[in-house]
Amino acid sequence: MKAKTIISVLFVLGSQFASANAVDDMFSEYKKSGVTNISEQQGKTLWTKKFTNKKTGKLQSCTTCHGNNLKKAGKHVKTGKLIEPMAASVNSKRYTKVKTMKKWFKRNCKWTIGRECSAQEQADILAYLIKQ
Amino acid sequence: MKHMKIIVTASAIVGLILSASLVIGDDDRYENKERKEGVFRQLFSKKLDVAPVKNELYREECGSCHFAYQPGLLPSRSWKKMMGDLENHFDENAELDKETQVALTKYLVENSADDANYKRSIRIMNSLSKNSTPLRITKTPYFIRKHDEIPRRLVQGNPKLGSFSKCAACHVNADKGSYEEDDVRIPGVGKWDD
Repeated sequence: MKAKTIISVLFVLGSQFASANAVDDMFSEYKKSGVTNISEQQGKTLWTKKFTNKKTGKLQSCTTCHGNNLKKAGKHVKTGKLIEPMAASVNSKRYTKVKTMKKWFKRNCKWTIGRECSAQEQADILAYLIKQ
Repeated sequence: MKHMKIIVTASAIVGLILSASLVIGDDDRYENKERKEGVFRQLFSKKLDVAPVKNELYREECGSCHFAYQPGLLPSRSWKKMMGDLENHFDENAELDKETQVALTKYLVENSADDANYKRSIRIMNSLSKNSTPLRITKTPYFIRKHDEIPRRLVQGNPKLGSFSKCAACHVNADKGSYEEDDVRIPGVGKWDD
C-alpha cells in the first residue's frame, strides 16, 4: 500500500513538471538562439503595442482579440468566437504544449505585426504572459 | 370483409405514395439535377442535413476561431484549395504544421459534399457550376437562395450578428448537423417566420 502511495505521489509531481517543462522547453530554445536577457516589461509593451494592418489600415494589437484583461475571455475580432483567457491563473490549459505555443506565436505574430516574432520577442512575451 | 386485405394494402400503398409526394413536394429547384433525389432517396437518406463533425483535430484546429463548418458543406476541390493557402485564410493567417495540414485536408476531402448522402450536401453540390470552386459556403447558390428572404437589418445590420458566416448563431443545432428552419433563432430577434 505504501509503495503505491509513493508511486502515485511521484506521478502527480511528475505531471506537474510536465506542464512546467513546456514553458522551460520554450525558454531553453530561445536561449539557444542567443537570447540572454528576458524582460516581462518588454513583453507587456509588445503585447499592447499597436500595429497597422497592411490590408485594412486598421490599428491592431494582441489585445484586439485577447482583450485588455487576460483573466477574462477574449473575442475573435472577425468571427466573434470566444477565446479562452490567456492567464494561466484562471486557465490551466495555457502554456502546457510547446506545439500549441509555437503555432499561435507563428500565426498571430504574422497577423498582428506582419512578420514572425523574434526569439527575443517571444521570450519577453511568454515571460509576461505566464505571470498573469 | 372479403376484400379487406386488398383494401388495406391498397390504402397503405396510396398512403405511402401520398406521404412520399409530400416529402418531395418541398420546393427546391436543386433536387433533381445530377444527383437524383427520387422518392426512396428522400425517404431513406440520412435524417440530418449534413454529416456532423466527429474529428477532434478538425474541431480543435478549425473550430478555434470560427464555427466548425461541416466538410459536407463544400466540394472537395474547395477544401483542397483552401487548405493549400492557409496563410491567406480570409485575410487571416491560419498556417498549420505539415502533418496537421495533411491530416485535416484528408478529413475534409473524404467527408466533402461530393459524395455525401445528406440533403444539404447534395443540394449544395447540385447548385454549383462545374467550374466554380467556392471558398465561402455563404456564396454557394444554394445557400444564397435559402437565405434570400432575410432582410439585411436582421443579419449584416444586426449588431448581435453581423454576418451569415456565423451559422451556429442562428441555427441552434448547426453543430449537430441540423439546419432546420424551425430551429432558427436570430440573435436579438427570435424565431424566423417567413
